[in-house]
Amino acid sequence: MNSGDTSFMLLASALVMFMTPGLALFYGGLVRAKNVLATMMQSFICLGLVSLVWVVYGYTLAFGPDAGGIIGTLKYIGLRGVTLQPGPYSSTIPDLLFCSFQLMFAVITPALITGAFAERMKFSAFVWFTILWSTLVYSPVCHWVWGGGWIGKLGALDFAGGTVIHINSGVAALAAALIIGRRKGWRKEPILPHNLPTSILGAGILWFGWFGFNAGSAIAAGELATLAFFNTQVASGAAAVSWITAERLARGKATTLGAVSGAVAGLVAITPAAGFVGPISAVVIGLVAGIVCYMFVLVKERAGYDDALDVVAIHGFGGFWGALATGLFASTAVNPNAANGLFFGNPGQFVTQFIAAAAVMVYSFVVSGVLLKIIDKTVGLRVREESEMTGLDLTEHSETGYTFG
Amino acid sequence: MKKIEAIIKPFKLEEVKDALNQLGVQGMTVSEVKGFGRQKGHKEIYRGAEYVVEFVPKVKLEIAVPADMADKVVETIMTSARTGKIGDGKIFVTSLESAVRIRTGETGREAL
Repeated sequence: MNSGDTSFMLLASALVMFMTPGLALFYGGLVRAKNVLATMMQSFICLGLVSLVWVVYGYTLAFGPDAGGIIGTLKYIGLRGVTLQPGPYSSTIPDLLFCSFQLMFAVITPALITGAFAERMKFSAFVWFTILWSTLVYSPVCHWVWGGGWIGKLGALDFAGGTVIHINSGVAALAAALIIGRRKGWRKEPILPHNLPTSILGAGILWFGWFGFNAGSAIAAGELATLAFFNTQVASGAAAVSWITAERLARGKATTLGAVSGAVAGLVAITPAAGFVGPISAVVIGLVAGIVCYMFVLVKERAGYDDALDVVAIHGFGGFWGALATGLFASTAVNPNAANGLFFGNPGQFVTQFIAAAAVMVYSFVVSGVLLKIIDKTVGLRVREESEMTGLDLTEHSETGYTFG
Repeated sequence: MKKIEAIIKPFKLEEVKDALNQLGVQGMTVSEVKGFGRQKGHKEIYRGAEYVVEFVPKVKLEIAVPADMADKVVETIMTSARTGKIGDGKIFVTSLESAVRIRTGETGREAL
């Protein structure tokens, strides 16, 4: 047991926890005023729903002893056997602390998806979706990559969750946007963000929390955490700059929403690579992420599906680029315990990264889609047209975000 | 009596009000309004999407004056609200049939 590592991981876990209310602010500012609370609620309540799932069976499905590379067994059901001593995933911190850190990841991942179906999903449907998705998509994919499953055994690198969290949520978001359909009035009347300053603050909190996310994924306070911390900063900064540069060239103005979207895209893209690449590689990964994600936002505008807050472009494609970039830029000179990427003489790693990413895409898209279809047929996914016009704050929660006078 | 309605750029309000005060205009009603003329609206960009916001914020002044003052008031608004650029606004003059001061019951010119 190491008290330095333990204190660092307690803080890192708390930082990752803070990302979820940060996300609530980020998303909340981007919707119309009549849906601000419903949108923030969908992020915030994940802190409750997923915590419960995680304690009862989520953790053991993800990190329990491997069953055929597919899923964890129920050995740790109800956190039985998860102690305050170092465990199988952590030699220097309490096993329960590793479980806490991973819980925060499990919380934010379904919250990320909510950006796709913002402003139109029933709260009850959302609750069912979150519980089922955590169980049937997040836990298995987490197991595949980190819990001793087949993707980890394949040798795919995912430092802090580019595949587990971002590709996974981004692809589920695509399924959700396609199945729930476009918002009423989409392309007929302007649907504009109601409070961008809120979104900027939310994105800032995400960036802040992301240091816990990426540096904490070293599971120890030391060289690797420092590398991941630094890479996180420079990749995100680079992506914010490249997004607004691309935007300036394409549309003539550098927007604040572009700057914060770029930063988030950079954070997403560096996540899988954070502990495997050097700082210059991190800058390149960020620069490309800002441009690629902005391009996919433009593609969405033409494609005609209503991914309300661009989860697919930013998390899906940002995560995909990050996974591939890890296969390009990873270097054993930086992290001797990892592998070299294509640019360091090992093209096989790039292929491995691609297989891992593609497998998660297919799995997440299919299972998320099936879940959403089942919920649509039983509970019903979408609020009634009149409720959508009135706004979800009032119709789903009997509250309004803003009262004047 | 005449009623003068002037739609002007919001940042010109102070200037117009001061000029009208100097002219001896007794009162006015000001509202924040939205609309468009030939200049149309402006463009907003959110992520990839461009939105044309057609209705531009303007200020509307309503002033009731004796008929012999109307031309002078119009001219004053015109000079003080003008920037020379598109979107400076418009002035409408209509005949006013009657006016009543609620407190005293005075009517006509005395009520203005």
